[in-house]
Amino acid sequence: MAGAPILSVRDLTTSFRVDGEWKSVVRKASFDVGAGETVAIVGESGSGKSVTSLSIMRLLDPASSRIEGEVMLSGRDLLSLSEKEMRAVRGNEVSMIFQEPMTSLNPIFTIGRQISEVLTRHKGLSAQEARAETVRLLEKVRIPNASSRFDDYPHQFSGGMRQRVMIAMALASRPKLLIADEPTTALDVTIQGQILDLIKVLQEEEGMSVLFITHDMGVVAEIADRTIVMYRGEQVETGATEEIFHRGQHPYTRALLSAVPKLGSMENRPWPTRFPVVDMKTGLAAEPVEVAGTVAHGRTPLLVVRNLVTRFPVRSGLLSRQTGAVHAVENVSFDLHQGETLALVGESGCGKSTTGRSIMRLVEPAAGQIELDGYNVLRLDQVGLRAMRKSVQMIFQDPFSSLNPRMTVGAAIAEPFVKHKLGTTRQAKEKTADLLEKVGLSADMAKRYPHEFSGGQRQRVAIARALSLDPKLIVADESVSALDVSIKAQVCNLLLDLQQSLNLAFLFISHDMAVVERVSHRVAVMYLGEIVEIGPRAAVFDNPQHSYTRKLMAAVPVPDPARRGIRRGISNDELKSPVRGMDYLPPKREYREVSAGHLVQLG
Amino acid sequence: MPVYIGKRLLVAIPTLLIISIFVFSLQKLLPGDPILAMAGEERDPATLEFLRAKYHLNDPIILQYFAWLGGILVGDFGISLRTNQPVLELIGQKLPVTIQLAVMAMFFAMVIGIPIGILAAVKKNTWIDYVANIVALTGLSIPNFWLGIMLILLVSVKLGWLPASGYESIFVDPVRSLQTMVMPAFVLGNALAATLMRHTRSAMVGVMSADYIRTARAKGLSPREIILSHSFRNALLPVVTLLALLFGELLAGAVLTEQIFTIPGFGKMTVDAVFNRDYAVVQGIVLCTAVGFILMNLLADVAYVLLNPRLRATL
Repeated sequence: MAGAPILSVRDLTTSFRVDGEWKSVVRKASFDVGAGETVAIVGESGSGKSVTSLSIMRLLDPASSRIEGEVMLSGRDLLSLSEKEMRAVRGNEVSMIFQEPMTSLNPIFTIGRQISEVLTRHKGLSAQEARAETVRLLEKVRIPNASSRFDDYPHQFSGGMRQRVMIAMALASRPKLLIADEPTTALDVTIQGQILDLIKVLQEEEGMSVLFITHDMGVVAEIADRTIVMYRGEQVETGATEEIFHRGQHPYTRALLSAVPKLGSMENRPWPTRFPVVDMKTGLAAEPVEVAGTVAHGRTPLLVVRNLVTRFPVRSGLLSRQTGAVHAVENVSFDLHQGETLALVGESGCGKSTTGRSIMRLVEPAAGQIELDGYNVLRLDQVGLRAMRKSVQMIFQDPFSSLNPRMTVGAAIAEPFVKHKLGTTRQAKEKTADLLEKVGLSADMAKRYPHEFSGGQRQRVAIARALSLDPKLIVADESVSALDVSIKAQVCNLLLDLQQSLNLAFLFISHDMAVVERVSHRVAVMYLGEIVEIGPRAAVFDNPQHSYTRKLMAAVPVPDPARRGIRRGISNDELKSPVRGMDYLPPKREYREVSAGHLVQLG
Repeated sequence: MPVYIGKRLLVAIPTLLIISIFVFSLQKLLPGDPILAMAGEERDPATLEFLRAKYHLNDPIILQYFAWLGGILVGDFGISLRTNQPVLELIGQKLPVTIQLAVMAMFFAMVIGIPIGILAAVKKNTWIDYVANIVALTGLSIPNFWLGIMLILLVSVKLGWLPASGYESIFVDPVRSLQTMVMPAFVLGNALAATLMRHTRSAMVGVMSADYIRTARAKGLSPREIILSHSFRNALLPVVTLLALLFGELLAGAVLTEQIFTIPGFGKMTVDAVFNRDYAVVQGIVLCTAVGFILMNLLADVAYVLLNPRLRATL
């Protein structure tokens, strides 16, 4: 780092008042951000990384929070400024972008107005000058047809484009420091790649410093010069990103790094492999264990899906006539054997979740054939459907919202068992206790309510509930996506354990290529409702054939600081929409067999 | 937008038909014979029979309904059994009075309720918020008639500032008209102000914790800009819907308020018509109110769409 730092934080301690008592959530954080430098703060939820950034901006509610220490910005202590002086700093010398591009823009104002507001506020530009400058900024963040989009509202932009608008707003006053708080976490992986590239390029063009908050080691490796690791409010390690990745000292740093799923880490491993478990005291990792030989090949597949089609009508006009349809799932076919994990991967809107729901008939497919454990799923009446659902259960992304907050977890786990009349109340209790032990919790936790559990524990509860009917197939819809890396690793290991002991089949729906590579036997890549490539995991990952598969894999940030310089070449590609007109006829698709069981769509 | 309004008006037709059936049967279900009421002391069966025949009261009920509905469609709401005036004409005389009262009351409600609601939300969980809530609860709890009488006693009888009752058309003598209406409008607006304040507060509290308000703060905007433009415009959306619903309360309140201040409006006419079993008038009033309600809701929905760019795009 050359010259005086732009931002110098010393002994930053932030406390919140909880029930009349002050509880510190960040303790004695001290770090510098040099001119033109990118510093990443990395940590899991509750580590205090976001609170650190909000403390620097003094955006926390002064009534319930207390910030101590020193935050020097070009020689001025921000913590000693009056609120009015601070307002002149915010959005001017330091600006910020946030995680949720969908909600961070005011829905009732045009994006042009929201950007030019910064210019009229801080730079004293007239409305007309601000408009011209705003268009220039929109061009700078590579929004196509910038001048015609000035008067558009946020809902007319996709998530990635909204994040570009946020960046344009943050850059408007040419700040010295940009704080980016998980700016790509809510975005699809190809869009994330675009935004990361954009931030890098703009940083060079503007010469500003960046403080980048993230939980994703892959993103850190790609963007940060230096890295600060935070753990439960403490700054446990600080150093050059390369040092941290290769010679990290603190056990937590090592635990974090070994828990990160790395794309390409599965070369020469034929079976799904558990994540290495790291001893938090020593930081040493145990050798990961493979899960071999669970797949029941040769027998009839547990699940056979043929030419599945699911569409949702799009209506408009005076009489709400159907004017088109979302072709969510289009001509999808695959098999799944007992003890096997098939991953459905793809980005938002590719139809992976709808496929999962269609199989359980949580949505009604328009056409196709589904055979599940001997049931002809699409022909079942209500009674048959109920019976069928004993064979297939689902685990969702958000364990908190999928558990009833007013029901003890014991009651939640026992409910399917009781409702299907599988035994007495006592048997249900025994079953619940047994399931809780099976998912790594203890039987006496049955009396507790969901809010008394951590995120990872809640997902274990959701898994226990799914298992209470002894299903043969589990549809796991982004089941580990919302979890912190270390928890994600544990829950993935649990799923693998359960597969081995209970011979379960998983339909593993995920956007996370690295996790998918780790846990699945076979992979199907979905794009706009269709499977574009399907095959054994090793074949698809080592020898991707379809251009979309390749694009998807290239976009995944890999936690390797050697990739610091990587540029994907800024593109403006947006995710395409599967909404089609009434006269749309799905084209006839041909598949080419690359190797045994590895099929790729032609055309 | 015209398509949207047209669609909404089409949807209103079945609603109005159902209301008309209800209104019509109400008359048939109510105890008391209008002919007896009309005939007064007369008890001669032939006369009563003559009257029944004259008003088609012996026809099958379905025919009576369609005859009645047909009349309404061409603007014939029947004749007041009491005054022998056409009902439509009666309503036409009284309605402007009540509209003036309602508009003024709504004005009071908004001027009091919305700013206090915003203030309470911004100063959430401070003494200002608590005081505002107490004031609002008090406003909600005080019955209209009590507040009306107390105001008359204080302002008119004791201080002699404003007339205690009476009415003057705003087109004839605007000053006098406003003088007579200020107190009743305040009384009527008072309870609405409290409801409005509570809803404005909760809408504002919700909006103030939104991500885009954090963005606005991170931009360095002043609290004034954040509250008035970024927050309030968003909080207005649910409040607008509420205003349409309050319109009903306003009419209900007008019945009492007009009685207390002896204002010759719609409300007073309603009370008189009910007590006199003047069915044609009651029916006309209920139908008019229903139409008013539907129009107010349509207006609220249109305002909602105009305020919300997301919905604007779908039209």
